[in-house]
Amino acid sequence: MSASERAGREVAEALARDLDAHFEKLVTTYEHRVFGFALNLVGDRPAAEELAQETFVAAYRALCGYGPERRRELSPRAWLYAIVLNRVRNRARSPARRTLSLDERCGASLAADPREQPAAVVERRESAEALRAALGRLALKYRAPVVLRHVDGRSYAEIAAMLGRPAGTIKAEVHRGLAQLRKELRRSEA
Amino acid sequence: MILADLRRLGEARAPDDFAANVLRAVGLVDRYALLESPLGPVYVAWSGHGISAVMRAASDAAFEAAFAARFARPLLRAAEPPRQALARALAGRGEPRRLAYDLRCCTPFERDVLVKALEIPRGQVRPYAWIAREIGKPKAVRAVGGALARNPVPLLIPCHRVVRSDGTLGEYALGAGRKADMLAAEGLDVGQVEREAQRGVRLRGSRTTKIFCFPTCADARRIAPQHAVAFGSEREARAAGYRPCRRCRPAAA
Repeated sequence: MSASERAGREVAEALARDLDAHFEKLVTTYEHRVFGFALNLVGDRPAAEELAQETFVAAYRALCGYGPERRRELSPRAWLYAIVLNRVRNRARSPARRTLSLDERCGASLAADPREQPAAVVERRESAEALRAALGRLALKYRAPVVLRHVDGRSYAEIAAMLGRPAGTIKAEVHRGLAQLRKELRRSEA
Repeated sequence: MILADLRRLGEARAPDDFAANVLRAVGLVDRYALLESPLGPVYVAWSGHGISAVMRAASDAAFEAAFAARFARPLLRAAEPPRQALARALAGRGEPRRLAYDLRCCTPFERDVLVKALEIPRGQVRPYAWIAREIGKPKAVRAVGGALARNPVPLLIPCHRVVRSDGTLGEYALGAGRKADMLAAEGLDVGQVEREAQRGVRLRGSRTTKIFCFPTCADARRIAPQHAVAFGSEREARAAGYRPCRRCRPAAA
């Protein structure tokens, strides 16, 4: 069992014993990963923060309805990611939630405080922003598998289980997604 | 290249107040109330784990600021009063040992010290060195003092009942002067404890049972004056043929 699997078991075990006492452990264990996952799917920090917070609130409500057995059997990370994905899908469907274009958002967040950062950090930040912007232009169908595989390092089998599609399909989607991502990056550099 | 860049996107970190905002959003925050204690009104906070803080503060705002500075968790004034058991224990009429405490802010060592301090009965005192020995860290006497000074729930976990071996009261989380006030409120004759300690009395034995105790142990106080004998050290008591009390455990058995 890997260290992160062990951490997941521990959190699930604690949630099964006493949800209210240990929900904080779920949040502090996964806040950065859930926020990061949300950020890579939606592209900007305020929206990612909102999405990640909604995810934990939805998780808490769901856990309140689960018995101890069901809570104990959870794989917390995969479960939280599934909630994030569901919300992103629902959001994409409702036109009212469509926000600024990704390019505008990149401009805004880069302008935040460029003077205080050393050049190297700004540059790296820029490439991360550019990469997220390019990711944002992929269809969600490709974006989610690419992020899960190459940002998060999940196995194809895990991603297949999480997205409910066969591993072979996921593999093809990641492959196609990466090809599109390269094309997007070349286009934005030109 | 692109794969390494993607991998780096995984280093994102949630904002510092993220967890606190989530807990507030689902209603899992510490609650607090102002309750009566022998030292006047004190602020008491509790979470799902148990009682998390006892503090003196000039106002709600001052308490909230002090709580945030120490625990970095959200806090809300309680809409309903806390359990009766808490109010009773705080007023000195209940049993603090039966309450649950939230000691997540403490290290395992600090927790051991605080749980051990809970064993000291009302109106009695024990030396810092006693706690150190009882928790299996006989050399950590100073660290015991530090752990008690950081007690997040003073009054309930009775760090005021732990004093220096020389009989002086020592530091207190709520102020050194209040330590004497608390002990006096529990019926201990602080002046007498200090005078005895200054005369070099550390232990008291009974000529009839040949058992020695800490002077404030309930058993020591039952010894009739004509049968009481004072000792300056464990060695002195043992040399006289006395064995340590099993209740207050003034020495390893």
